[in-house]
Amino acid sequence: MLLITGTNRNNKNNLYATVLYQVKDTRPVNLDLTTVKFPLPAITSILHRISGVGLFLGIGVVLYFLQLSLESEAGFERVLELLRATPVKLTIWLILAGLLYHLIAGVKHLLMDWGLGESREGALRGAQVTLVLAIVAAALSWGLIW
Amino acid sequence: MGSDMVTNATNFSRSGLSDWIIQRFSAVILAAYTLFILAVLVSMPELNYESWREVFSKNSVRLFSVISLLALCGHTWVGMWTVGTDYLTDRQLGGKGTFIRLIYQSFCVLLIAVYLLWGIQIFWGS
Repeated sequence: MLLITGTNRNNKNNLYATVLYQVKDTRPVNLDLTTVKFPLPAITSILHRISGVGLFLGIGVVLYFLQLSLESEAGFERVLELLRATPVKLTIWLILAGLLYHLIAGVKHLLMDWGLGESREGALRGAQVTLVLAIVAAALSWGLIW
Repeated sequence: MGSDMVTNATNFSRSGLSDWIIQRFSAVILAAYTLFILAVLVSMPELNYESWREVFSKNSVRLFSVISLLALCGHTWVGMWTVGTDYLTDRQLGGKGTFIRLIYQSFCVLLIAVYLLWGIQIFWGS
C-alpha cells in the first residue's frame, strides 16, 4: 500500500506526511463519546485540558487585577473592594482552584513521564491522589478567599 | 487531505519533541512561580499597598515574573495547539474544521501576544 518513490525517500517531510496519511486513513474511527467508557484517569486527563483552556482565559482576569493592585494605592483599595463581591470571589476561586488542579495534574503527568505509575493500577491510584489533593487545594483556596 | 497534514505539522517549534520539552520545562517554571506567589500571599496576612508593591519592585521578582510570563506564553501555545488539533479538526467538525482551527489559532496567538506585552508592562513598567 505504502509506495515511497525515489524522491520521497530523500524528503523527510514527505515521508512523514505519507506515512501519517496512510495511518490516519486506514485506522478505524470511534469518537462517539457516548459509547466510550471514561475511567478515572481519563476524567482527570480531560479535566487537565478543560482547566488549561479555562486558565488561558483566566490569565486576563489575573493580569487585570495585578495591574490595578500595583498601579496606585487607590487601585489596590479598588481590588480589595472588588474582591468583596461574591461573583468576583467565585471567579477568583474558580481560577485559583483550576490553577491548583492543573498544577497537581501536571505534576502527576511529569511523574508519569518519569515512568512512575504507568501501570493500570498505578494510573488509577495517581488519578485518585490527584483528585483528592485537588479537592483539598480547592477547599483551602476557598478559605483563603472567604 | 495531504495539505491538512501540512497545517497540522505547523506547531510551535515544528517538532513534536521540542514541543514536548517546552511544555515540561515551562511547566516547572510556572509551578515554581505559582508556589512563590502563594507563599507571598499566605506569609503576608497584613498585606497592604506598600508591602505588595515592594514585592514586585525587587529586581529578582521582576526577572522571575518575566521569565514565568515567557514560560506561560510557550506553555499556553503548545497546550492550546494540542487541544485545537485534537478537537477542531475536519473529522470532528466536517469540512470547515481546518478553517475553524485557523481562526482559533489566530485568536490564541493574538491573546498570547496581548498577555506578553501587557505582562511586561505590569512587571517592568511600574
